[in-house]
Amino acid sequence: MSVKPDSSVASYPEDDGLQSFVKRRHRQGLTWRIVFQAATIVAILALLALLYNIIIGSFGYVALQNKIEPESLHVDGMPLEELSKEQLVIILSEHISKGLMRRLEHDQPFTERTRQDVYNLVIERVVEQRVVKSWSLTVSFFKRDEIETFMAGLPQGKLEFRSWLHWNFLITPQSSTPELAGIRTAIFGTLWVIFITVAVAFPLGVGAAIYLEEYAAHVGNPWLRRLNAIIQTNINNLAGVPSIIYGMLGLVIFVRVMEPLTSGAFLGAVEDATTANGRTILSAGLTLAILILPLIIINAQEAIRAVPNSLRQAGMGLGATKWQTIWHHVLPNAIPGILTGNILAMSRAIGETAPLVVIGASTFITVDPNGPFSKFTTLPIQIYQWTARPQDEFRNIAAAAIIVLLVLLLTLNASAVLLRNRYGKKSL
Amino acid sequence: MNYTNGKYVFDIQNLNCYYGSFRAVKDTDLSIESKKITAFIGPSGCGKSTVLRTFNRMNDLIPSARVTGEVLFHGQNLYDPDVDPVEVRRRIGMVFQKPNPFPKSIYENVAWGARINGFKGNMDELVEQSLRQAALWDEVKDKLDQSGLGLSGGQQQRLCIARTIAPRPEVILMDEPCSALDPIATLKIEDLMRQLVKNYTIIIVTHNMQQAARVSDYTAYFLMDRDDRAGLLIEYGVTNEIFTKPKDQRTEDYITGRFG
Repeated sequence: MSVKPDSSVASYPEDDGLQSFVKRRHRQGLTWRIVFQAATIVAILALLALLYNIIIGSFGYVALQNKIEPESLHVDGMPLEELSKEQLVIILSEHISKGLMRRLEHDQPFTERTRQDVYNLVIERVVEQRVVKSWSLTVSFFKRDEIETFMAGLPQGKLEFRSWLHWNFLITPQSSTPELAGIRTAIFGTLWVIFITVAVAFPLGVGAAIYLEEYAAHVGNPWLRRLNAIIQTNINNLAGVPSIIYGMLGLVIFVRVMEPLTSGAFLGAVEDATTANGRTILSAGLTLAILILPLIIINAQEAIRAVPNSLRQAGMGLGATKWQTIWHHVLPNAIPGILTGNILAMSRAIGETAPLVVIGASTFITVDPNGPFSKFTTLPIQIYQWTARPQDEFRNIAAAAIIVLLVLLLTLNASAVLLRNRYGKKSL
Repeated sequence: MNYTNGKYVFDIQNLNCYYGSFRAVKDTDLSIESKKITAFIGPSGCGKSTVLRTFNRMNDLIPSARVTGEVLFHGQNLYDPDVDPVEVRRRIGMVFQKPNPFPKSIYENVAWGARINGFKGNMDELVEQSLRQAALWDEVKDKLDQSGLGLSGGQQQRLCIARTIAPRPEVILMDEPCSALDPIATLKIEDLMRQLVKNYTIIIVTHNMQQAARVSDYTAYFLMDRDDRAGLLIEYGVTNEIFTKPKDQRTEDYITGRFG
């Protein structure tokens, strides 16, 4: 059956028909554009809601009440701030139990303590200022009458605007009282763990990516090719395995099986061999390293694959060996992409909580971690722990800790981006 | 054929090239004369580039590629098991279809090949010499530290030629070196080839018949066999004769533009 050319021309819309047809297609395009814009807006709103939630929790009014008013502690009309160290020690001994006094003496003799230190102890132990209630930022601004009503029922109480995120919060170790708790140990823990994670995962991941892209892809043996294809598929799948599974893996392999290694016992680095176990920074770092290894490998592979083949040919064509070509041309051109992948992977590792819970991060640590064999806690663990507490104030400091975590994340990312840009420029 | 007097650089005997199970080139015999330009012409898919890449074993980079027969270079079969392709490529350089300078400085582009091949002499001198030989020195002498990617297409290709001759190879293979260039840049490269052939043996693959007629001393015409789609050498001889009185009807059809 042959179709006449004329009849097929007539099958296309013409004149008015063509106009309205074109208009309809434009309308369709516009509809989709609006849908995509809406998607973007929803995503941004969700992000803003998250930020709002964190920020209103970190700032706001608090109602404070002292157990003993500082005015009642004045000696000869002199306020607390002007008293000498000895006078403060006497006040302390009058108001707290003998047992506590002995413990404080044991921690550090009072003769060696500074005046400021003793003053802090008086405030903490004697005056014992307590947060009776805390309000979020929104309530603080828009529902003042609610706060006033509450304060009216609390004659001794003091109203104060508080930022839960403050310098002392960053530099004090943990405490069971929310007002005194800080995240110093958690920050150090996070930095240590991430350092070990990246130090292990980066070289391993990039090495594996180079092998898979530059060597495995070129083997002639069909059996080896098949094996490499299986390995590749598995790496891709591993990137999607839930992180808690990696936690189980880390628990079994690093915490239990490799305990002599991860506890530091083999180096004699443990102070007390009887309590040493594998729940250390090293175990956590290695677990997270395995967790992000597939991500780093896949990203590095993509970066290496993006290096034009013509560069490899040019290098080999000049009589370079395969390794010379990889080292001088492939890697310098792939390094910006490799670093980007590494940044993404690192961000993921910083935020991981589940695997660390499984391998047993300590939640209450008052001593800075001092090496890979220390017990540790990290920021996400700390936040998770605090949000689970019943008191409102813990939720406030959790919100403050989230801000710190975000800032830490952005700082690390920014420095990695700077590093990447510098490398990128070097290879022109 | 007589290899001892140095007249012939390459002698291909009974060459067959395969990609997997597909035979891309079949039963080819060919000799390449020293210090001459030999052009490979023919329609797409006729195997001329594949043959060119056997001369410096660039086919090795394709995992499925396989070669049977002999490619003799001064009587030494390049496909002997004890021949190292890295050594072969130092002696037989290659210029590619698309200009592919390294994303490094102009100086580094030329110096790199020399350095990795263990060059111990005066590098500045070698770079200048190579750039001069590639007719690029005057254009780039003031910006040797700038990126090679900042040059025009024709300049980039001449930079690639300078880079290729820096390790002082004996043979330069050119795989359609002008197909990405405009006519003026093409003409410059052709002039350059006539200069270079005084010191080097050049083999060029081209789609451009006029180019082959203009620059080459010898021409080989390849064609895809209609039955098994394998490339086949149809006719090989002095360029003048190929273009004026071809012996084979198929060659005549191609050069007169009746097909291709």
